Amino acid sequence: MNLVINGQTYQVAKDPPRVLLWVLRDELGLTGTKFGCGAGYCGACTVHLDGVAVRSCQVPVSRVAGRAVTTIEGLARGEELHPVQRAFLEAQTPQCGWCMSGQMMTATALIAANPRPSEEEIIAAMDGNYCRCGAYARIRRAVARAAALARAATEAV
Amino acid sequence: MGATVKRKEDPRLIRGAGAYVADLKLPGMLHLALVRSPYAHARIRGIDASAAQALPGVVTMVTGRDMLPLCDPLPLASSGEGSEGGEVYTGRVRHVLAVERARHAGEAVAAVVAASYPVAVDAAQTIEVDYEPLPVVSDPLQALAPGAPPIFEGLNDNLDHRRRRQKGDVEAAFAAAHVVVRQRMLNQRLAGFPLEGRAVLAAPDPTTGGVTLYSSTQTPHQVRSEVATVLRLNENQVRVIAPDVGGGFGVKIGSYPEEHLCAALALQLNAPVRWVENRLEHMLATTHGRAQICDIEAAAAADGTITALRMRIVADLGAYPLAPVLPDLTTAMGVGVYAIPNVDLEAVSVYTNTTPVAAYRGAGRPEAAYYIERAMDLVAAELGLDPAAVRRRNFIPPDAFPYKTPTGLTYDSGEYDRALSKALERAGYAELRREQAHRRAHADPATPLLGIGIACYVEMCGFGPYESARVKVEPGGAVTVSTGISPHGQGTGTTFAQIVADQLGVDFDQIVVRHGDTATTPMGIGTMGSRSLAVGGGALMGALARVRDKAIRIAAVMLDVGPEEIELCERCYRVRSAPHRALSLAQIAARAYSRKLPADIDCGLEATEYFRPPDLIYPFGAHVAVVEVDPETGEVRLRDYIAVDDCGPRISPLIVAGQIHGGLAQGIAQALLEEVVYDANGQLLSGSLMDYAVPRADFFPPFTLDQTETPTPLNPLGVKGVGEAATIGSTPAVANAVIDALAHLGVRHLDLPLRPEKVWRAMRGRR
Ligand code: FES
Ligand code: FES
Repeated sequence: MNLVINGQTYQVAKDPPRVLLWVLRDELGLTGTKFGCGAGYCGACTVHLDGVAVRSCQVPVSRVAGRAVTTIEGLARGEELHPVQRAFLEAQTPQCGWCMSGQMMTATALIAANPRPSEEEIIAAMDGNYCRCGAYARIRRAVARAAALARAATEAV
Repeated sequence: MGATVKRKEDPRLIRGAGAYVADLKLPGMLHLALVRSPYAHARIRGIDASAAQALPGVVTMVTGRDMLPLCDPLPLASSGEGSEGGEVYTGRVRHVLAVERARHAGEAVAAVVAASYPVAVDAAQTIEVDYEPLPVVSDPLQALAPGAPPIFEGLNDNLDHRRRRQKGDVEAAFAAAHVVVRQRMLNQRLAGFPLEGRAVLAAPDPTTGGVTLYSSTQTPHQVRSEVATVLRLNENQVRVIAPDVGGGFGVKIGSYPEEHLCAALALQLNAPVRWVENRLEHMLATTHGRAQICDIEAAAAADGTITALRMRIVADLGAYPLAPVLPDLTTAMGVGVYAIPNVDLEAVSVYTNTTPVAAYRGAGRPEAAYYIERAMDLVAAELGLDPAAVRRRNFIPPDAFPYKTPTGLTYDSGEYDRALSKALERAGYAELRREQAHRRAHADPATPLLGIGIACYVEMCGFGPYESARVKVEPGGAVTVSTGISPHGQGTGTTFAQIVADQLGVDFDQIVVRHGDTATTPMGIGTMGSRSLAVGGGALMGALARVRDKAIRIAAVMLDVGPEEIELCERCYRVRSAPHRALSLAQIAARAYSRKLPADIDCGLEATEYFRPPDLIYPFGAHVAVVEVDPETGEVRLRDYIAVDDCGPRISPLIVAGQIHGGLAQGIAQALLEEVVYDANGQLLSGSLMDYAVPRADFFPPFTLDQTETPTPLNPLGVKGVGEAATIGSTPAVANAVIDALAHLGVRHLDLPLRPEKVWRAMRGRR
């Protein structure tokens, strides 16, 4: 079957049944998406399915055929970072970095759906993404900043 | 130095382009899955793998017995402090795969190697192990009881060792005390839970006949030595690479069975073998932390002066002694920031049928800070004094440093009241107490109970015996640093680059810091114990001084003046009296590798330096937690948190802040959320994120960070270490705050974690 990931089409086997996360990582070499728990709790594996943030460790690959998948590798346009990435970079958000792909994918989906998230809305949206390194304060700041950068970018157009 | 710079690590991390072990793939790579004991204690009578062997894609299946010819037993720590404990081991042996007995649930007993990971896992599930369950001791107090079944054959009991530290006349001080407070305190078992679990990829190395091992570790050199020993190779036949590592927090120190197993099987099969831990395996087979029980007694005068302290700690080492020194660090740090003349502190370390206990952020010191800081509050409550006043009455005064503790340590420097005063002021302590009194006086049953908690901590860092750094100025003027430390999220590479830029006069962007590869770095201890900058930075400063001196000598020749005439200023080596006559490091480097270099100067521009810290160092600080407890539900809300930390000078303030944020998150979570729980059969009841409560984004208020700065005289940068400090301070601060909120209800102590149900029961007088 065909998967459309970051705008590119990939062919993968239909069987055996498996989840999107491992297809991305092990079969397609898109290792930016991480594994944290495999049980839908930690958010490390977050990707977008038709623009909505989902946990790729819980998504059977068969459900994805023909739909648009975006992973962290698809966030930047070539050299040009996505506003969320710029904000995360500016705020020096990462520690070990393991959770960061998932954090940024959740943040991107939030901002797309809600360009002016309040502090509470940011916390609520980011609540399902664990960071064991405790970067939460910087993540919050980075998401607010990312929203501002994204608004500035759209207004400029 | 001291400036805010951008972390060199971040650009690749925010693109998802970090390279962690599980991201690596080698041609022909095979996958390993493990069969783990479901029993906490069992004899292995037989293993039937015929079904597994028959599955397509399965390459091999091995048991503990199969591995005996390939692997010597794993290193175990010797009893007592350091490696000089001198105990001879009898039955205490740990193999890569259990041979006769499994001693904790999750101990690996067999392994399957297959062409893909799913096949390996499926095959592992078909393996039938014939277990004979043995009696289980999962509780450390029961493990010590007479008649408890011994975990190791050949030993009479489950005692690893006991160590007692005594000073002064404790009996007399207790007899003369105005008050005595006593309390049993639990320091619950925790899991490290780095979001990236452990992972290993071993590949045969045809050049040496040994292996290259990629491992998610904090200590590549230690892993190299241990793998070489177990596989009977020379150290130069083992290359260990720690690429990007997704957090460690102490649980990735040293080698684990899986590293030896993958290495041995890669050699045997002549193919790369990879193992990636899943989350349940992490909870079962990666070391835990804390796990102590402490009976503490303090004798005090009427004014709050503590005259004597007794502690008896029972420390649960789990099924194998991996870090039995840690409970002895707890007693060493037993008096905290206080001048207590008479002490009798003992730690008894025991085995249980549980996952081994070793380092977790703070490793022995958070326990000490928790006990003494809780005891301070108990004394204050008993005497009706303010907890801040009791602390001030007992502080080691600033003029007493270097201070010899009754436990045998020498604290290098400290100004404890300064940190406390600053924290209280930032918190608005007097106003908070007024608010608390007001709330209590106008008790509306729906108003949250306000609690204010203080913790003054001191901790022990800068562990040796050495750390290394090599600084090489390339012929074009760029600078490459190789270091024995192995950062895994801290951002220490960035701090190192800042120091290099400052000390050599080179552009920050021209500097590459290499770490985590035993083939390209000098011998190192690794990153743990808040030692990277204090010890690794010492080595770096030594190497930089030698390179700079040589650059100055070469510049002097080039500019035809004496070396004393050259100064390093604004990225230039220039003549003091004629500043327009100046050279860049690149110009000097070109000369250092050229024919024109004078014969009396050695070729090249590099230096390798080892730093041996003369003694340990002792960062400190004062934290204030403000909590509100919901009277209906017992839920604790952290309203405010003030952390004043003194780690000496801050080279990279943002990187220090990152460490403090992370430390606070983990320390606060010990106070309120996290606990590894076993049942009486040694079955783990908290194996997933459902039952092991790691804190989330909504849990923390914005933190107020502040600092005092007391440099240590014991290393060239004067820095003290900050990786664990905030964890150590925050657990007691939050615990004290919650108990303070309930103090007017007669509550004096509650064991951690302070989850709603426990707090709710305490409010209702039902323990
Ligand atoms: S790995 Fe998917 S939610 Fe944790
Ligand atoms: S940065 Fe390490 S888990 Fe978030």
